[in-house]
Amino acid sequence: MSRTPTDAGLAVDVPGSRVGDPGGGARREAPGAELSIVTSGLTKRFGSGQVAVDALDLAVPSGSVFGFLGPNGSGKTTTIRMLLGLVAPTAGEWRLLGAPMPGGVGGVLSRVGALVEGPAFYPYLSGEANLRRYDAADPSADPRTVSARIGLALERVGLAAAAGKRYRAYSLGMRQRLAIAATLLGPRELLILDEPTNGLDPQGTREVRGLVKEIAAEGTTVFVSSHLLAEVEQMCSHVAVMRAGRLVAQGPIADLRASETVRIRVETPDVEEAAAVLAGLGLPEIRLGDGDVSAALGAGLPERVCAALVTGGVAVRGLAVQRPTLEDVFVGLTGEGFDVDG
Amino acid sequence: MSTVSGREAVSTGNVARAVPGHDPALSAGQATAGRPIPPPRAVSATRAWLRLLGSEIGLTFRRPRNLAMLGVLSVIPVLIGIALRMFAGAGGDGAGAPVIFERITGNGLFLTFAALSLLVQLMLPVCVAVVAGDSIAGEAGIGTLRYLLAAPAGRTRLLAVKYACVVVFCLAAVTAVALSALLVGLLLFPAGPITLLSGGTIPFLDGVLRIGVVVLYVTAGMAALAAVALALSTLTEVSVGAIASTMVIVIVAQVLRAVPQLSVLQPYLLTEWWSGFDGVLRDPVATGDMGQGLLVFAAYAAVFCSIAWARFTGKDITA
Repeated sequence: MSRTPTDAGLAVDVPGSRVGDPGGGARREAPGAELSIVTSGLTKRFGSGQVAVDALDLAVPSGSVFGFLGPNGSGKTTTIRMLLGLVAPTAGEWRLLGAPMPGGVGGVLSRVGALVEGPAFYPYLSGEANLRRYDAADPSADPRTVSARIGLALERVGLAAAAGKRYRAYSLGMRQRLAIAATLLGPRELLILDEPTNGLDPQGTREVRGLVKEIAAEGTTVFVSSHLLAEVEQMCSHVAVMRAGRLVAQGPIADLRASETVRIRVETPDVEEAAAVLAGLGLPEIRLGDGDVSAALGAGLPERVCAALVTGGVAVRGLAVQRPTLEDVFVGLTGEGFDVDG
Repeated sequence: MSTVSGREAVSTGNVARAVPGHDPALSAGQATAGRPIPPPRAVSATRAWLRLLGSEIGLTFRRPRNLAMLGVLSVIPVLIGIALRMFAGAGGDGAGAPVIFERITGNGLFLTFAALSLLVQLMLPVCVAVVAGDSIAGEAGIGTLRYLLAAPAGRTRLLAVKYACVVVFCLAAVTAVALSALLVGLLLFPAGPITLLSGGTIPFLDGVLRIGVVVLYVTAGMAALAAVALALSTLTEVSVGAIASTMVIVIVAQVLRAVPQLSVLQPYLLTEWWSGFDGVLRDPVATGDMGQGLLVFAAYAAVFCSIAWARFTGKDITA
């Protein structure tokens, strides 16, 4: 059977398009481009009748750092559990690294490193013994290289010195690092990291971000879930946004940003005059503030705006071009703020 | 698809995308640290299975709680031995005591049979219930189950390894009792040819051999209980729940066994057969009861392992 990810009825929402926006989005990926994760109509309804994930169509291009964004409780972890075959979907299908799941779980998961819902280890074992235990569970891991692989993984997350310490004595940050080390035990084509910076201090967060970039540079696809917009913005090339179990948007971050317009903001005491000048330049969406005026810049050049303001006798105290943040995009998509703490 | 081709696909994938300057033989997880690791070689399924079993056994026998239980199990025969030695012949001669106990003072080997028939009623089942009831539920409780399955351990494979490991623990627990009782018996009481319950006499070494048979029989009985506990363990994320319900089943069975009016149920109770190894103390060995017992054990193991498998392979792992 063919291994093309778009086969077998898996109609993939083209990356870059807004969900439910039939005409939109630039076709950045060639049709049939390699996808590490594809889901089609993936749905999970729990026994209580609650729909945790509703008809999810994800397309994660190979080689991307894919941010899976959403407030706590929006279905991110359930999705990840389904991807890994821990939870059986109520409906829908999915593929990991081209293999149809859940039939391919045994062959594929060895090439996938996963951090799911926080670290979990045996408290009475050392960090090193814990990694050895998980390595033993992987049927394709080579026992002859296990010590070297564990050593490297611990080194990469900066835990080499604490390798022999019991997990019980690890701090929250060390536990999180050990969980990341566990995802790096073998050669991986895909890393699935669920909230990898949870419990880390700012320094640890920076290190994880650096590590993710480094891993991605080696060609590994990284699928990272987070409820922190800023974090995803700094790490990821692509993003998908979940809200209440539904996919709100997905695509390259640049494309999503392009859906929100660049604005220009003028700080001035002469608010009315400045607004008139901006209107004269044909800029739309003029908003008057207290001591500032802003307008959608679109493809307009900021220097032309500046010149026009000066020519018009407006006292310009400050001029700034505001590129949309992911938060602006999110607000634009959902009509509401991104509640960081869910 | 074989594991071999899967692994090769991985390395080729990485070579294609390797960063210039990096040794293409190094794979994603290893490229930066600079120390070469030989490319992964194919691991046979049997070897991988044994490795996981080894890891499981290592975990079970390093766990302080399990070691403490084995310790307690081996101390009890010592206590029985000392008590019998101190109060030997002092009153209450044979009043209600099993016939085996009366013989201990005559031959130390009988202490082993006595200790096993005593401990098999409650102490051994408690220890087995703790280890087997904890096997899946305990991993679910601390969350390691999701990582084992994502590794991917494989649900059937993990369950089989868990059960095999629990059976090994059963053997270890029964052996601990037998060895300790054997040593204490030989130290405190006379040794020598054994007078059997049927009246004949067999050489000492023959007696030790028969202890081996009893150890295997009791292990089989405990393995059947372990299957029950394993099945309960797949139903919960709280290992205490699985352990406690296993013990409730044992106690209910013991109670049913003690009610004469319910004698029709007795052949179907697991507990009825646990101490049914008197046959080895007869000449020739009376295999009838033990054969029947082994059949019951096998039936329990088959039914409850199937329940465990059906439940575990279809379960959502949300812990």
